[in-house]
Amino acid sequence: MIDVTLRKNGARTRALPTRGRILQRLRRNDAIYRNVTRGAAIGVLVLLGGVIVALIDGSMPAWRAFGFGFLASERWNPVTENFGALAPIYGTVVTALIAMVIAVPIGLLISVFLTELCPTWLKRPVGTAIELLAGIPSIIFGIWGLFVFAPFLQGTLQPFLITVFGNVPVLSSLFAGPPYGIGVLTASLILAIMVLPFITSISRDVFEQVQAVLKEAAYGIGCTTWEVVWNVVIPYTRVGIIGGIMLGLGRALGETMAVTFVIGNAHKISASLLAPGTTISAAIANEFTEAVGDLYTASLIALGLILFVITFFVLAISRYMLARIERRIG
Amino acid sequence: MNIASIAAARTDDAIDRALRREKISIRNLSFHYASNRALNAISLPLYEHHVTAFIGPSGCGKSTLLRVLNRMYDLYPDQRAEGEVLVDGVDVLAPHQDVNLLRSRIGMVFQKPTPFPMSIYENIAFGARLYERLSAADLGMRVEQALRRAALWDEVKDKLATSGLSLSGGQQQRLCIARSIAVRPEVILLDEPCSALDPISTAKIEELIDELKEDYTIVIVTHNMQQAARVSDYTAFMYLGELVEFDATSRMFTSPGDKRTQDYITGRFG
Repeated sequence: MIDVTLRKNGARTRALPTRGRILQRLRRNDAIYRNVTRGAAIGVLVLLGGVIVALIDGSMPAWRAFGFGFLASERWNPVTENFGALAPIYGTVVTALIAMVIAVPIGLLISVFLTELCPTWLKRPVGTAIELLAGIPSIIFGIWGLFVFAPFLQGTLQPFLITVFGNVPVLSSLFAGPPYGIGVLTASLILAIMVLPFITSISRDVFEQVQAVLKEAAYGIGCTTWEVVWNVVIPYTRVGIIGGIMLGLGRALGETMAVTFVIGNAHKISASLLAPGTTISAAIANEFTEAVGDLYTASLIALGLILFVITFFVLAISRYMLARIERRIG
Repeated sequence: MNIASIAAARTDDAIDRALRREKISIRNLSFHYASNRALNAISLPLYEHHVTAFIGPSGCGKSTLLRVLNRMYDLYPDQRAEGEVLVDGVDVLAPHQDVNLLRSRIGMVFQKPTPFPMSIYENIAFGARLYERLSAADLGMRVEQALRRAALWDEVKDKLATSGLSLSGGQQQRLCIARSIAVRPEVILLDEPCSALDPISTAKIEELIDELKEDYTIVIVTHNMQQAARVSDYTAFMYLGELVEFDATSRMFTSPGDKRTQDYITGRFG
């Protein structure tokens, strides 16, 4: 009996250093693991910082040469090396805004249909189709836009707009000029198609977070589906919807490939939406290979910095809005 | 009801029985969630200007029964009801019935307060505007009446423009009752209206129910025996989707006819 106890004790004392070693090893692994994950996370911050520094550094010659006048000037002359960012900024903002004006109502209508009206069997196919739309590479929208959509608009929508609004003051200048096919309006329409899935899927998600009982309460006083959505669901999820819109806007502002194909790449500000224009990203994509002079390159990088600042703020607002609705609905 | 039949009635109870009118008659009602039967052949009268309480253990179908009365189940495709629910003699389960109109006649207050994301004033005015064209002055009157009726006016009259969500739980629930009243319904359905409230708010709402039955027909689902005994004139005890017993509350709580009712009321199960 005593013997057995002793042997047991012996086994335990022999096991102790082993267990200690294992623990030590685990602790070491844990430390490595912690540092690797932390390193990866910090790496992202470093990258972001690096991008900002590189953009500022690369664009310095342009800022030194033109000052803040760079933002206000419409000139863009590679021969005399005289550059200004106003036309691309204008094109970027206008195409993105028109895209939002078209995509927001349609996206909201789709998500209302999906959450409130859609029969169950149709919910999944439509939802999946919208998410797939978000996954189509932008170059495909570009070639489709150039070869199919632009000629189609040239033959249908654009002549229609020109004849209908030709004699209306203000609108006549908005839809003036020959129907080129390509141009600001075409780019906006393509952008609208591209941001539609973002707006739809985010607004669908926030609509689904509205508690059933709140909707029932509204139905309970005799509301129709339209009244429930318009007066209760949308106000309740307003912050989240704005977040989704901002996310789409961020995407529309930065979209390069599809826009480059169809906007016409003209560094000028035209009153007409049918005229060719340019955006910041389209200008950079188009001209970087041709930019031989230092000032030319620096000006393009400066354009990039401007785009970075614009999209950074738009996305920051979007994140903030989405965080707010998550806190509230919880 | 003629004088002779009233004179013939000998007790107060009998007079009451002679005067009462069936506002809603539930006839042979069954209800299914997908393939689960939640209600089985329920038949029950709901008397005008009286409070009827539905009691029973969780899952007995009392909330389901309430949700059939205003066809709330219509929102969910795999739920269906069979049988008849006659409101003033008209079957509201018939497919051609206008559901929105029905719901404006039969108001509902939920377990959890559900103020809409708008101002206190708008919360009330919103429902009133749905079916009536009111001038601004009339609408203001209607809002004030409804809030007074729900015993909330004095607490909110100085902050009608603030969000309904800023009120306390008890106030929110009275806001929801006021909202139901503002639509001028004939029936008010209350689905455990006090279960999320403190005793003082509960007492206020119980008082309110007592006043409201002058004008409305009230149905209340409750888990609280004392509450059912305090506020209701009639009580229906349900168990496993069946109506076990329906009677005047005074009789139900003193001499229940069914063993199961007695067990439930005395707290032996549930």
